[in-house]
Parts: sequence; C-alpha cells; structure tokens
Amino acid sequence: MVKYVLKRILWMIFIVLAVAFVIFTVTYLTPGDPAQLLLGDNATKEEVEALRATLGLDKSYFAQLGEFYYKTFIKFDFGTSWYYKVSVTDEMITRLPRTVGMGLASIILANLIGIPLGIKAARKRGKWQDYGVIGASMVLVSLPGFWVAIIFVIIFAFTLNILPSHGIGGIQYYIIPVVVSAIGAAATTARQTRSAMLEVINADFVYTVRAKGQKENIIVRKHIIPNGIMPIITMMGNQCATVVAGSTIMERVFSIPGVGLYLLNGVSYRDYPIIRTTTLFFAIFSAVIILLVDLVYAWLDPRIKAQYSKGRR
Amino acid sequence: MKNKEKTPKIRKNHGFMKTMRDVFKTPSAKLGGILFALMVIGAVFAPLIAPYSPTQPDYMHVNSAPSALHIFGTDSLGRDIFSRLLYGARYSLTLGIIAAVFGNACGVAVGSIAGFLGGRADNFLMRLCDVWAAIPGTLLSILVSATLGPGFVNTVLALSVAGVPYGARMVRGMTLAERTKEYLEAAETINCPKYRIIFSHLLPNVISPTLVSTTMAIGGTIANAAGLSYLGLGIQPPTPEWGAMLSEGMSVFRSYPHMMIFPGLTIGICVLAINLMGDGVRDAMDPKLRD
Repeated sequence: MVKYVLKRILWMIFIVLAVAFVIFTVTYLTPGDPAQLLLGDNATKEEVEALRATLGLDKSYFAQLGEFYYKTFIKFDFGTSWYYKVSVTDEMITRLPRTVGMGLASIILANLIGIPLGIKAARKRGKWQDYGVIGASMVLVSLPGFWVAIIFVIIFAFTLNILPSHGIGGIQYYIIPVVVSAIGAAATTARQTRSAMLEVINADFVYTVRAKGQKENIIVRKHIIPNGIMPIITMMGNQCATVVAGSTIMERVFSIPGVGLYLLNGVSYRDYPIIRTTTLFFAIFSAVIILLVDLVYAWLDPRIKAQYSKGRR
Repeated sequence: MKNKEKTPKIRKNHGFMKTMRDVFKTPSAKLGGILFALMVIGAVFAPLIAPYSPTQPDYMHVNSAPSALHIFGTDSLGRDIFSRLLYGARYSLTLGIIAAVFGNACGVAVGSIAGFLGGRADNFLMRLCDVWAAIPGTLLSILVSATLGPGFVNTVLALSVAGVPYGARMVRGMTLAERTKEYLEAAETINCPKYRIIFSHLLPNVISPTLVSTTMAIGGTIANAAGLSYLGLGIQPPTPEWGAMLSEGMSVFRSYPHMMIFPGLTIGICVLAINLMGDGVRDAMDPKLRD
C-alpha cells in the first residue's frame, strides 16, 4: 500500500511539472506583446523595450522557462503581477479560501441533495419519484449555470430582497453562488447515483438477501449502497475539479474576488504571472483531488489492495 | 450481380431505419428529437421564418418587452430577439456540432493509435492525455480561447480541445479489448498496413460508444460556448450567437430581464433536446447500459 501511495504521489508531481510546462508554453505563444499592452499605444519603442527587459521578456524561451521553473518550484515565488504590481502569492493567499471554500461547500451540498435523490429514484424505478428526479436533473443539467444564477439573483436579491446580489462580506454573500453551483452538480450526482445504484439493485446477491427475509432498509444500507458507492466516489472527485474550475464563471457573475476572477483579470491584461499561478493552482487542486480519490478507492477496493500487497508490479 | 443488388437493400431496412427506430423509441428521446428538429428547421429556414432582420437596428422599438409585435421583445438596438435567436441557431448549432465532433474525432484517433500500437507509443500518448486532462476543461478552453483570440474557428478549437483526452482514454480501452480478436490478427497476417488496420478494420468496431459521447458532448459544448462568450472570449456580439446574445442580456438584466431570459431558455431547451437524444442513442447502441 505504501508503494502504491508513493507511486501515485510521484506521478502527481510529474503531472504538475508537465502542466506547468504546458501553461508556460501556451502563455509564451500568446500573440500580442504584454509590455505594449501594459504601456498603452502612446508608449515609445524605447519604453516598451525597457519594460520587456525588466519583465524578462527579452530572454530566450528556454531561459524564461528555466527561470519560471526555478522560481515556482524551488523558491515558491510566484512573481509580482505586472498590471497590479502586487505579489501574486499574497493575492492568492487572500483569494484561495474564497474559491476553495465555495467549491467545497457546493460539493458537500450537491452530494447531500444528489445522492439521496439518486438512491430514491433507483429504488422507486419507473414510479413518479424516479421520473421526477430524472426529469428535474435533465432540465437543470441543461440550463447554463450563470443564467440560473441570474434568475436566482432576480428572485432572491431583487424581488424578495433577502440576500445580497453580489460582492463579498458575511456568509450571506456566498449563499446564492454556492446553492446555484450545487444545484447543477446535484443534478449530475443524482443521475449518476441512480445508474450506479441500478447496477447493483438487481444483482443476484440482493435477491438472495431479500429472499432471506432481510428488512428493506437494511438491504439498502448494508448491501446496495456499499456495493454501488465506488463509481460515486470517482464521480465526486471529478466534480470537485469541475466545480472549482467552474468557479471562474460564478465568481464573474457574483463579482467574488476569488482565484477564478483573478485568472480572468490576468487573461484580460496578459498578466502572465497571474495566469500561470492561477492555472497551476487549479491543476494542482484537481491533481490532489484525483490522488485522494484514487487512494480512497484503493483503500476501499480490496482488489487494488491485493495487487500491491502481493508484490506485483 | 443479383446478390450484390440485394445486399444493400436488406441493410437499409435492418440497419439505418432500425437504428433510428431504436434511438427514438422512448417518449423522452422522441421529445428531444422533435425539439432538436424544430431548432434545425428554424436555423435552416431562418430567412423565411424570422419576422425581422437579425442585424438591422430599429431605434423606434429599443429594449421593448415581449409583445404581439416582437414575441420575445427587442434588444438595446431594437433588433427582434426571436429573429436573432433563429439566426443564432445557425452559429450555435454548427459551433456545438463541429467542436464536439472534432474533439471526439481527435480523441478516437489518439486512443485507437495508442491502443493498437501499444508499448511505448501507447505509454507516451496516454501520459500526454493524463497531463492534458489535469488542466480542468473549462480552464483549458478559456486559456486556448484567450491565446487564439475570438473567431469561429478559434472558438471551435478552444471548445474541442478539452474533450480529447477523455475520448482517447475510452477508445483506447475498447481497442485493447478488441486487439486480441482474430480478425485483427488475420489482417496483420496478410501484411495489411497499420494505418489501414486501424482505420478500416479496428475503428468501425470501436466507434459506436463514441457516437454516444459525441452526441452528449454537443449539448455540453453549446453550453460551454455560452460560458466563453459570457467571459468575453469566444464568439462576441454583435454576432447573433446564443451565448453572445445571452452575455449581452446579462449586462442589463435588472432593467430588461427578457433580453437574457429568452436566449438562456433557448440554450437550455437545445441542450436538453440533445441530451434526451443522447440518452436514446445510448440505449440503442448498448441495451446493457440502459438504466
């Protein structure tokens, strides 16, 4: 098991380094001169050249890449924003809790809504509860998230006047964004939970347990859910990454100064330190989540455990 | 000669038509099919159906709420929103379909090559996909779109790039399962070139699940395109693309909610229709997967 964990962590480090390379190259290849963009159209050629030199843009590709790797992964220095002239590390420290907190709250809420509904739908297959859950999740998955967000704002902020429409402050500012991202995720969760449960609900062992005369809710709790839970755990991991990356749009809608909005600001000013750091953050976040999911999976699934304890691979 | 004439006929009755019947067997798939067909008809015959020009401003009727004259109201330049949505279907649907098909096709190519060649090539391509998939899809689309700039082709690339690794993984898995079968061995024995084995023997046998994922991806792609437009990337106003219209409406949603409600609903209904059809395709392709 230790060997498996170590192997997975090493692999994750490699992925992060490779992602850093991809992000660096993509930003490097972006057409348009950031120095020119920062100084505006009236700047003289000398001024632009001078700024290029201070930003290190006049160096060769490999020199810049080397410097980027050295600073980011050895000194953990993410640089200073070119446009805002503020340390990216400091900015990330204030923004990170907002994005991660919002993401985790949405995921927890989504699973609290989605999993019970999915199980219910699977148990009542073909009845109105089932159709209700599938129908509602179909519709909610299809609507654009930011559109739903604005509808919520119109209802709860402007008509009922009970919640703030945008910005940050107390916890009440996060209610609409969290609920809206949770609704979208819950719809997917419910659908996938339902199909995962249907896989096991008709399995032979369930018939056996039922024939034995076991109580229905014990069958569900002790036999159906533990056997059907694996795909749901994988799905939760994927969703964590999707929801946190999707926060870009939600943060834009609600003007929440989180990591996603920071990335968008970086994109509009060609602010490479911001773009590189924020994208790297999202990649590391999803890599960690995927790692955790795989470890939980290995811990729960005896087959993977056995593979490593026997010394294979 | 007689036999040759007969074979295609039988195929037609038992192949395509039967598949269509299977796909649209359930009421929900039928509903999806009808809604999608209506959208396609609206897009194709937009000049005949649309009551107004999608681009001509009408300063007499600016920002007007839905009425008998303009059933979905007008926008800030007095253009009829219903007409713009009809023309917008041309952009949105083609964008969604092309991007989804292109992304999945790339995935199929990568996955089948990796699975068939095996060994180092497989390892390399799959590790590449791991790195590729490590950057969340939405983010990758934003980055690519910001790098390439606005425009139809660039947006197609930005939207399709995110789906490639997933398609590749799926097809690779199926290729590995297919790899050991006799017909591939036979093709190799007679010295059939590798590219030919992959494209004319292997692919037809692994392609059907990708049809399902492609259909499903079209809906998601249309929604993502709207998201990109909203972020100021992708296709931009004044093009009557749905996402661009929605983002135009988002800026004035307090005073004129109709300007965002109708484009949003249109996107929602379109994505819903495609997802319902996708379920139908999935059921038809693999009865085992049916829930």
